[in-house]
Amino acid sequence: MTTEVDDTHRRDFLVLAGNAFAAVGGAAVLWPFIQQMNPDASALALASVEVDLTPVKLGQAITVMWRGKPVFIRNRTPDEIKQAQDVKLDDLRDQHAENDALPESARAADADRVKAGKENWLVLVGVCTHLGCIPKGQSIGDARGDFGGWFCPCHGSHYDTSGRIRKGPAPKNLEVPQYAFLSDSKIKIG
Amino acid sequence: MSGPSTYVPKSETAKWFDDRLPIARLVHDSFVVFPTPRNLNYMWTFGGILTFCLVAQIATGVVLAMHYVPNELMAFDSVQHIKRDVNYGWLIQPMHAVGASMFFVAVYLHIFRGLYYGSYKAPREVLWILGVFIFLAMMATGFLGYTLPWGQMSFWGATVITNLFSSIPIVGSSIVTWLWGGFSVGNPTLNRFFSLHYLLPFVIFGLVILHVWALHVAGQNNPTGLDIKQPSDSVPMAPYAISKDVFAMFVFLLPFAYFVFFMPDWLGHADNYIEANPLSTPPHIVPEWYFLPFYAILRAITFDIGPIPAKLGGVIAMVSAIVVLIFIPWLDTSRIRSCKYRPIFKWCFWGFVFTCLALGYLGAMPAEPPYVGWAQFFTLCYFAFFLVAMPIVGIIETPDRLPRSITESVLGKNPSGGGGGMPSGAAAGPEKR
Repeated sequence: MTTEVDDTHRRDFLVLAGNAFAAVGGAAVLWPFIQQMNPDASALALASVEVDLTPVKLGQAITVMWRGKPVFIRNRTPDEIKQAQDVKLDDLRDQHAENDALPESARAADADRVKAGKENWLVLVGVCTHLGCIPKGQSIGDARGDFGGWFCPCHGSHYDTSGRIRKGPAPKNLEVPQYAFLSDSKIKIG
Repeated sequence: MSGPSTYVPKSETAKWFDDRLPIARLVHDSFVVFPTPRNLNYMWTFGGILTFCLVAQIATGVVLAMHYVPNELMAFDSVQHIKRDVNYGWLIQPMHAVGASMFFVAVYLHIFRGLYYGSYKAPREVLWILGVFIFLAMMATGFLGYTLPWGQMSFWGATVITNLFSSIPIVGSSIVTWLWGGFSVGNPTLNRFFSLHYLLPFVIFGLVILHVWALHVAGQNNPTGLDIKQPSDSVPMAPYAISKDVFAMFVFLLPFAYFVFFMPDWLGHADNYIEANPLSTPPHIVPEWYFLPFYAILRAITFDIGPIPAKLGGVIAMVSAIVVLIFIPWLDTSRIRSCKYRPIFKWCFWGFVFTCLALGYLGAMPAEPPYVGWAQFFTLCYFAFFLVAMPIVGIIETPDRLPRSITESVLGKNPSGGGGGMPSGAAAGPEKR
């Protein structure tokens, strides 16, 4: 015959095992209800956009929507590139590259803000790092600020030809998103 | 409720809280030590199952409402978006659709239990009437929810049912225009149906609270129909009735899960996968299965009754078919609760069950001979159960001999087991009686 101690052990085991299964079951039921709020397949499909660069001539810039935000794409002139490359890093407020393709520690030299061999193409998230306005400088006739890049009209932040903050309240350089060249004339952002 | 509360707070914190909001006491008194008849069978588990269904529908519904768009241009596509794009949408949407059907399976079993065992009789009349109101609210909720996917059946079902109100004399067509928010079922209708569909389940929740409260005043009925008269007639709700309810819930979830995972659209209508087209009526407009008996009654009145046109007659018959349920406590003249001891009425009951199933079948058939004739016959049977059988059989029938107590019905007249003396709080010793 089983002793009372054995019965107690068996009961403890059953209670513990039962509760464990109930907890796992409960989590399994709960998970879909939580996960359904994460971005769905249609949102994830828009997580990347492909952009054809052929219409963008030297000196021109376009704005595309990516993940709900504007992305500035500028085909820089050699003058603009040289102007950006000549800036000493110590003159910059934000010396980090702010480039999503590079580690956090990468520095803000112009070479780290663009892709090698494609230095004329500057791709930036067009959201001012101060409080989120869209800086001016994309359209012909726009104010470009004191450094020839972009100028944010909300609180007067000036960005240079590499999209780096030079003057005004913004703390960081304009963000360079993840992007890749699919061919010489097409990029995929995100 | 029997006697004062026996709750004893187990800690200083528990006592502090109990002095301010005695909710633990309420749960203890109502759902832990509450004396439950010891002879309840599985027909008594549907109350718990229904509560689960309500919570499941609200949970899945709130989640669906995060992704559904109640606009006629986007509603149909938003449902597809849920099924195809939303994480686990393929699971949550069928849970909600199948859940509605399972909700009605459970409610019909729950109602038929009440009819068979006389659970509507004094002192449970208000409990029963609250149940009828919950049933009405469920039907409204189900109807509103079915329109939301904006398929052909959604649209045309909405058109047919809202058009019924035009049969009301004088104010009928104004009411219909008011319901539609326009000159036909359209975007205003869809939008307000979504709002009301979100609202009504919470109304149901409130009615359920009153329903459970009313139940706890009288205590549960049981298969013998006898009251609890001695401690050995009952067992504490926890763990006995609770564990029976939980087990029954798992069994209930099996067909629920089978439908959700293997045939989620089987209970629905294929035409609802076609986007609503106001210019094309489907050949067969049918409601969901749980409305079919009432639909059959509606269509059975094909003739004018005096000054009442057939259309209005059908509406009155359909509404009466539900409203008559409210009067059952007073229609049934029997002093015996349970059909277990009512040899004649028991057959009337099963005849009624057959009538409901027949009406359900006929509701799915076209409104043509021979179906219409049968629907008229069974409509008569339906009303005869309430208006003829219930008043008369209670008076003329000789009931079977009742057991002397619930304990006797379980243990028999065996002197070693029957009678009294077993405290109702007996802990779970194996096989101890």
